[in-house]
Amino acid sequence: MANLKSVQEGIVNSQIWKSVFRVGIPNTNRKRVLAVLGSLILHLHPVKVRRSGVRMSYTWCMGGTSFFLFLVETVTGLLLMFYYRPTIEYAFTDILDLREQAPFGIMREMHRWGAHAMVIAVWLHMFRVFMTGSYKPPREFNWNIGVILLVLTLLLSFTGYLLPWDQLAIWAITVGSNMARATPGAGNEGPMSGLIKLGDIRLIHAGDDARFALIGGRSIGPSTLLRFYVLHCMVIPLAAGFLMAIHFWRVRKDGGISGPL
Amino acid sequence: MTFLKDFINTLSAASTSFLLLTSVFAFVVFFNLLEGKIRSKVGAIFIAFGTLFVVVGFAVRPLLYLGIAYFVILFMLSNLGGRLWDKRVGLRLLIGALAAFGLSMLDPNFFLIAAKPDNVPIGAMIFLLGIFTWIALRKAYLNDRQLAAGGIPWEKTESDEKLFTWPDLVYTEMLCMILLTIVMIVWSIALRAPLEEAANPTSSPNPAKAPWYFLGLQEMLVYFDPWLAGVVLPTLIIVGLMAIPYIDTNPKGNGYYSFRERKWEIGVFLYGFLVLWSFLIITGTFLRGPNWNFFGPFEYWDPNKLVPLVNVDLSEIIWVKLLGMPLPKLWILRESFGILLVLAYLSLPPLLAAKPFRRFYLKMGGPRYYVGSFLFLFMMALPIKMVLRWLFNLKYIVHIQEIFFNI
Repeated sequence: MANLKSVQEGIVNSQIWKSVFRVGIPNTNRKRVLAVLGSLILHLHPVKVRRSGVRMSYTWCMGGTSFFLFLVETVTGLLLMFYYRPTIEYAFTDILDLREQAPFGIMREMHRWGAHAMVIAVWLHMFRVFMTGSYKPPREFNWNIGVILLVLTLLLSFTGYLLPWDQLAIWAITVGSNMARATPGAGNEGPMSGLIKLGDIRLIHAGDDARFALIGGRSIGPSTLLRFYVLHCMVIPLAAGFLMAIHFWRVRKDGGISGPL
Repeated sequence: MTFLKDFINTLSAASTSFLLLTSVFAFVVFFNLLEGKIRSKVGAIFIAFGTLFVVVGFAVRPLLYLGIAYFVILFMLSNLGGRLWDKRVGLRLLIGALAAFGLSMLDPNFFLIAAKPDNVPIGAMIFLLGIFTWIALRKAYLNDRQLAAGGIPWEKTESDEKLFTWPDLVYTEMLCMILLTIVMIVWSIALRAPLEEAANPTSSPNPAKAPWYFLGLQEMLVYFDPWLAGVVLPTLIIVGLMAIPYIDTNPKGNGYYSFRERKWEIGVFLYGFLVLWSFLIITGTFLRGPNWNFFGPFEYWDPNKLVPLVNVDLSEIIWVKLLGMPLPKLWILRESFGILLVLAYLSLPPLLAAKPFRRFYLKMGGPRYYVGSFLFLFMMALPIKMVLRWLFNLKYIVHIQEIFFNI
């Protein structure tokens, strides 16, 4: 035991350790403050937090869970990108390969279940924030960012749903994107769209309406796959990441982890 | 056993289960069960209600079953009263629900749907929603009791007390992350992600379902056309959620659980989130089979199930059935009743602002009052259309196929 202690002290006092964690073991209040302030990751948090903000029964830890699942999705998604080609020749077979050939391959499983779990976690987070009245002033704007993040979470999951290119995927996206056809004024079968004419020629038709813009074609095809892939891997994650930064920043600026103000 | 399965199958039909949910919800919210005070006279009202259903129900089986369900649920709830928020009672309810779920899994038809890989998270979600709703309301109940006694909510007693982020918060987060990692790994090993045969644009599955979180919208397609169910109403859900902090001017209940101080807000939100959104998703996921027909949880998904198409438009009900005339050729005449009805519905807020809701109007101010009440009207349009469909087989209130404008 004494040996272990001296080994630990040896490590903590070594030049390498000290160069990374300047503070050492945070065993005094001063060091606890410095540990948080001196770390890029930890300084997301204030130095001190309300007691109620630490209680799981109050926060349900659902905001943190949503963020953690986003990180899980990012990491597993990156690993999947090494194997996956977004073309209709390869998409399905790459997924098959991933399932049958990659040893201990649970990355796709984790990616999919993580996506489902993230949707549920975000809903529960919203539910908790509502039930504690934490959208009230001065937190109105952050609630709005949260709502947009919720929508982005759903869109992330929706665009990802197509990528395996199996029956489940294309028909779910077909059903989901058919709705866009009915957008008032902008969908080929939407109300009022027929009224937008130049002479006798309808300007809104199946080749240029809202659904066409969404899926890049008249039906789900190669360009839909590519489009959804880019949205899924680049556009939406970047947008969500940007909004998350604002979301967390505003949590701090609007009075800290939710609690009575 | 067969009776029980038949009982549940019949009750879970969208019409019966929705009516049951809505009225139990109204009962719980408006008769102060959440504050733990159930009055015997309220029980009497509902027993009379139930009796009515039973009497009428001898002719119609779903109504009989609805009556029985009313009796059981309301008798239980009004007996429990405030004890519903007791930890032991909550635990017993959870164990009961889990046991009922486990028993149901023995039924092959139930197992087939509930054990589908993509449906597993939704099954888990039902329990999570139940658990977290109970936790939130329990906390609100405890705080309300404190407030009623002239005290302050417990979050406030703790809000001045600050803890160091290191170690208290960091360790909690660490534990959460470890726990979640374990859950994710076990889940991923235990359950393979679904993969069907390669995409084939020429053969569509029956039923073709959207991803599960959009099944509430797909279920809405039963009652509304795609432009409403798929575009306008989802947009309004997002807008409505974003508008909440600007409409709700109640300064109380900021940052702590409370029901008594925010009855209306919590009532409306829970109705939208649990009774509409979650209910529609659960119905769409577990109870809609081939051709989007309804199947009870213990029913076999028969692709050849025949459901008569008997829905009629409002114009047909009025012109043909009531007035005994052929439908007018001109659509504006044909649909005049429906259009008037919709306009009357939409003019409720200004009419109500004049007298009965004057107090709200003055308290909230014009813009808040109108935005809030229109959003509320759009939300309530869904249950209204659902009930009209079940009662009168009403297809469209306004049906202008000339410009795809159907309500």
